[in-house]
Amino acid sequence: MSRYALVWRIARRELRGGLAGFRVFLACLALGVGAIAAVGSVRVSIEAGLTEQGAVLMGGDAKATFTYRFATEAERAWLESASERVSEIVDFRSMAVVQKPEGPPERGLTQVKAVDDAWPLYGAPELEPALDLATALDGQDGLPGAVMDPVLMGRLDLQPGDSFALGEQSFILMAALEREPDNAGGGFGLGPRTLVRTEDLAASGLIAPGTLFDTEYRLALPLGSDLDALETSAEAQFAESGLRWQDARAGAPGITEFVNRLGAFLVLVGIAGLAVGGVGVSAAVRAYLEGKVAVIATLKTLGAEGRTIFAAYMMQIGVLAAVGIVLGLALGATVPFLAAPFLQDRLPVPAIVSVYPGPLAEAALYGVLTAFLFTLWPLARTEQVRAAALFRDISGGSRVLPRPIYLLVTALGLAALVGAAAWFSGTWYLALVSAAGILGALVLLVLAAAGIRVLSRNLARTRAVRGRPAVRLALGAVGGPSGEAASVVLSLGLGLSVLAAVGQIDWNLRSAIARDLPDVAPSYFMVDIQPDQLSGFLERLEGDPQVSRVDTAPMLRGVITRINGQPAAEVAGEHWVLQGDRGVTYAAQPDSRTTITSGTWWSEDYDGPPQISFAAEEGAEMGLSLGDEMTVNILGRDITGTVTSFRDVDFSTAGIGFILSMNPSALQAAPHTHIATIYAEEAAEAAILRDLAQAYPNITAIRVRDAIDRVAELLAGIAAAITYGALATLVTGVVVLIGAAAAGEKARVFEAAVLKTVGAVRGQVLAYFALRSALLGLAAGAVAMVAGGLGGWAVVTFIMNASFRFEPYSALGIVLGGVAMTTLAGLAFAWRPLAARPARVLRARE
Amino acid sequence: MTASQTDPILSLHDVTLALDGNAGRVEILHGISLELERGQTVGMIGPSGSGKSSLLMVMGGLERASSGSVMALGNDLSAMDEDALARFRRQHMGVVFQSFHLIPTMTALENVATPLELAGHADAFARAEAELEAVGLGRRTGHYPGQMSGGEQQRVALARAAAPRPDILLADEPTGNLDGATGQAIMDLLFGLRDRHGCTLVLVTHAPELAARCDRTIRLADGRLAQGQRTGSASAEAAE
Repeated sequence: MSRYALVWRIARRELRGGLAGFRVFLACLALGVGAIAAVGSVRVSIEAGLTEQGAVLMGGDAKATFTYRFATEAERAWLESASERVSEIVDFRSMAVVQKPEGPPERGLTQVKAVDDAWPLYGAPELEPALDLATALDGQDGLPGAVMDPVLMGRLDLQPGDSFALGEQSFILMAALEREPDNAGGGFGLGPRTLVRTEDLAASGLIAPGTLFDTEYRLALPLGSDLDALETSAEAQFAESGLRWQDARAGAPGITEFVNRLGAFLVLVGIAGLAVGGVGVSAAVRAYLEGKVAVIATLKTLGAEGRTIFAAYMMQIGVLAAVGIVLGLALGATVPFLAAPFLQDRLPVPAIVSVYPGPLAEAALYGVLTAFLFTLWPLARTEQVRAAALFRDISGGSRVLPRPIYLLVTALGLAALVGAAAWFSGTWYLALVSAAGILGALVLLVLAAAGIRVLSRNLARTRAVRGRPAVRLALGAVGGPSGEAASVVLSLGLGLSVLAAVGQIDWNLRSAIARDLPDVAPSYFMVDIQPDQLSGFLERLEGDPQVSRVDTAPMLRGVITRINGQPAAEVAGEHWVLQGDRGVTYAAQPDSRTTITSGTWWSEDYDGPPQISFAAEEGAEMGLSLGDEMTVNILGRDITGTVTSFRDVDFSTAGIGFILSMNPSALQAAPHTHIATIYAEEAAEAAILRDLAQAYPNITAIRVRDAIDRVAELLAGIAAAITYGALATLVTGVVVLIGAAAAGEKARVFEAAVLKTVGAVRGQVLAYFALRSALLGLAAGAVAMVAGGLGGWAVVTFIMNASFRFEPYSALGIVLGGVAMTTLAGLAFAWRPLAARPARVLRARE
Repeated sequence: MTASQTDPILSLHDVTLALDGNAGRVEILHGISLELERGQTVGMIGPSGSGKSSLLMVMGGLERASSGSVMALGNDLSAMDEDALARFRRQHMGVVFQSFHLIPTMTALENVATPLELAGHADAFARAEAELEAVGLGRRTGHYPGQMSGGEQQRVALARAAAPRPDILLADEPTGNLDGATGQAIMDLLFGLRDRHGCTLVLVTHAPELAARCDRTIRLADGRLAQGQRTGSASAEAAE
C-alpha cells in the first residue's frame, strides 16, 4: 500500500470523529474567507454594472470635453463626421435665485447642465410629475422651463410652477429631476443639479468669455466603431488644443477607481480578519491535537513514522479547511444578493449581481494560505517529538520551534500571502504596508499579552488587593500559567486596534475639516467675477467692518500638456496636477503671504517670454526643476513658459492657491474672470451674499461652510465602509473569543468546584469569573487603544500631513467594548461551572 | 443553633444517597446513621465502591443527601442551600483530596490564602505563609502547582485545608496518588496538624494501618455501615 493511501486511511478514520471541536476552526475560516469573498463580489458586481451602463453613464459612446469654451467649427465638424449623432452640453456652477413675496430672495448654489435637443443620447431622465423632457424645457407663460434636483427645490422652497432666475434669465420650474441618466462622472459636485436648454441661457450673462464652464460633446457612434482608432485620431488632431477624450469603456472612471481602491483596501482589512481567524484556527488545531496525544502515541508505538502522522493530520485538517473555505465562499457569494437593495440607492447604475468566480478564487487562495500558515506549526510538532516527549510537551511543557524546513515553508507561505494580496489589490505599497502593519500589530499584541500577564501577577501580590478575593483571584488567573491572556488579547486586539485607528483618523480628519478649517478658511469663494465688476465688488467689501480680508486673483483654466517638449504624462506620470485642467493665474508681484523657495520671481514690468512660478511640493513630486519648459493649453491656445521659481502653496486653509502662476503679459490678454475669497464674520455672510448677488447676478458664491459639510459627509461614508470592514474582523475575533471561553469551560468548572469547597459562595465565584473576563477585555481594549492611537497618529501625521490629537471618547468606547465582549463571552460559559456540584466534579478527576 | 461541647460534632441520621448516571439511578448510601465526637480521629475503610468517599462528601456538604439528616456543629446541612454550605465550610471545615485539587493558575501561597480571604481574614497571606512554613514549603510559596511534585502539592493542599483552623478536617485518601515514603510523610503531617489544632479528623483510606492510627474506625460495605458497627463512638472500635 502506498504511503499516501495509508495516510488517507488514517486521516479518514480520524475524521469519523465528526466536526466536534472544529466549530471555531470552521467559523473562523468561513467568516474570514466569506468577508473577503463578499467584498470582492460586491466590487465586481458594481464594476459590471458600470461597464455595462458605461455609455448611459457617460452620456454617449465617446465624448470630447473642453474647458471654458465651445468647440470650434473645425472641431465640431470632425465630431459630427465621426458619429451618427452629437449632443452638446454645458456644465457650470451658478446661483439659483428665488424672489420671495416678503423678505430677501433665497439663493442656492447649483450645478447647471444646459443641454440641446439631442440630450440624452442614451437613457432617459425621470421627472416628477412625469412630463416629457421637451415639454418640461419648453416652459410656459413665456418663460423657458427648467427641472431641478428635489434637494435644491426643498432648500429654496420651490414647487413646480414657481419661477427662479439663473443670472439674468428667469425660468419656470416644471418638474423635479428625480434621476439623471448621465450623472455619474463620479465627480464631487457642490451644488445640486438644475437642467435647462443651452439656448435659453443666451440672455443670462452666465456663459460669457472667461467664465468657468465646461462643454461636452457626446457622440453616438455607429455599431462596431473602432474606439481605439477614434481616440488616436482625436488626440492626433486636437489633443494640444485642450480637447479631452474619453470613451464608454470607462464611462465613470471616478467611480470605478473609487470602488477599486476602496475594494482593495477592504480586502486588506479582510485579510486582517483572516489573521485573527488564524489565531482561532491555530488554537483549535492545537487543542485538537492535544486531545489526540494518546492516538498519536499509540500510532507511533505501532510503528507509524513521524511524517506519516504529520501527513495524516495535515490531510485531515486540509479536508476540514476545505469545508470551512467552501462555507466561506458560499457566504461571500450570497452577500451581494442580500446587499444589492441597500447598494442601489448609493449607485448611479444597478450593480449586476451574480456569482463571479474571480473574487471567490481570490478569497479561497487567501483562505488556503492562512489555514496552511496557522496550522503548520502545531502539526509540525506532532512529527518532531517522540511519543513520550510529545505527551509532556503538549501537557504544557517547553515550547520548541519546529524543524528549520517548517520555518522556511512558513516564510514562503507568508511571502505568498503578501504577494497575492499585493497582486490582487494592484498596489504593492498598500499591501506591504498593511502586511507589515498586521504583523507588527500581532507582535505588539503578543508582547502586550506577556506584559499584561506580568503586570497582573505582580498586582495580584500587592497589599491593595488582599482581602478582595475576587479581584485577587482574577488578577492571579490572568497572570497565571495559561494561554488565555495571549489568545484573548490576540483575537480581540487586532479588530479593536483597526477600529480604534479608524476612529482616531476619522475624528482627526473631520475635526481638521469641520472645526479647525472654518477658523482659517474664508466665508465665501466667489467665482466668475468679470474684470469690469472687480472694482465695484471690492468697494462693497472694503467698507464693511465685519470683513477682515478679501483676496482676489485673476483665474484661467488650463491643461499642462508638455514638459520640456515631451508629453507631460510621459515626464510626470499620473500626477494629480496633470489630471484634467488646473487653475492658472498671473501676478506682477508675489503677495505678502507667498514664500519663494527657489529661483526668482520676474520683475514687476517684465514683458518678455512667459515665465512660470510653480508650487514647490507638487513640482518636486513631478520631478521639475528650475529652467524646465512647460506648455499649458489655455482656451485652445498653447502657451509655453520657463519655470523660473518655486513657491510654497498651502492648500489646507482653503484660501486662494494656484499651482501655476505666470507673468501678467503672458496671460492678461486672454479672456478671463477673477476669483475672490472673502473672510468675514459668520453673522455678516448673509448680507454680503445678498448685496453682491443682487449687484452681480452672474457671480457664483460658494459658501465654504457648506462645502466643508459636503466633504465631511463624504469622509463619513468612507469611514463607515472601513468601519464595517473592521467590524468583520471583530466578529471573527468574537468567534475566537467564544471558542476560547468554551474551551476554558472545563477548567472553570473545576475552579468553581474547588472554590466552593474552600468556602466561596456562588456570587463570589461569579464575580471572579466576570472580573477575570473583564480584565482580559480591558487589557485587549487598552492595547488596541495604544495600537490604534499609534496607527492613527502615523496615518494622520505622515500620510495626511495634519496635526494629530488623541480623541478620548472613541478610544474609551473601544476599551468598554472590549470589556463588554469578553465579559459577555465569559459569563455565557459561567453557568455550568456555577451549577455543578463540587463533589461530582472533583471526584470525576480523582 | 449552636452546639454544646458535649454534643456530637457531626451526626448523620438515616442518610441515603442516590445519583443519576448514564446507566440509570444508582443507590450509593443506604440509611447511614452515625455520630462523631469533637476532637475524634475517625478512619473510614471499605472496599472500592463501598461509598466511603461519597459519605465523606455528604459529611462536608459537597454532596447533598437524598434523604435523612446531616447535622454538623448543630446545623442541619441538608436544609442549607449551596451558598450557605460554602459559608459553613469556610468557617468550620477543611477538605483534602486524593488528587490535591489545587487551582493551577494560583501559586502555593495564593492557593492557601484563598479560603482565609473568603472568610474575611485580614492577615490571610501572613497566616498562609506560616501554614506553608509548617508543612515545610516556606521556600516554595511563589511556585505554581505545575512546578511542584505530587508530595509537595499535597502538602499545599493540607496547608490550605488546615489554614482556617477548621473544626472538622475531611481527608479523602490523601496518600492515594503518592509513593510510600511520601505518603507516610503526608500522614505524619496530617496527624500532626490535627494534634496541633485539635480538630475532628475523618480519614478515608484503603490502608488498615492508617485507620489504626485513628481513635475510631468505620467500615463501609455496599453503602452500609458494616455489621457490628455502632452509630456512636466507641473506644472498642478504636482498638480494632
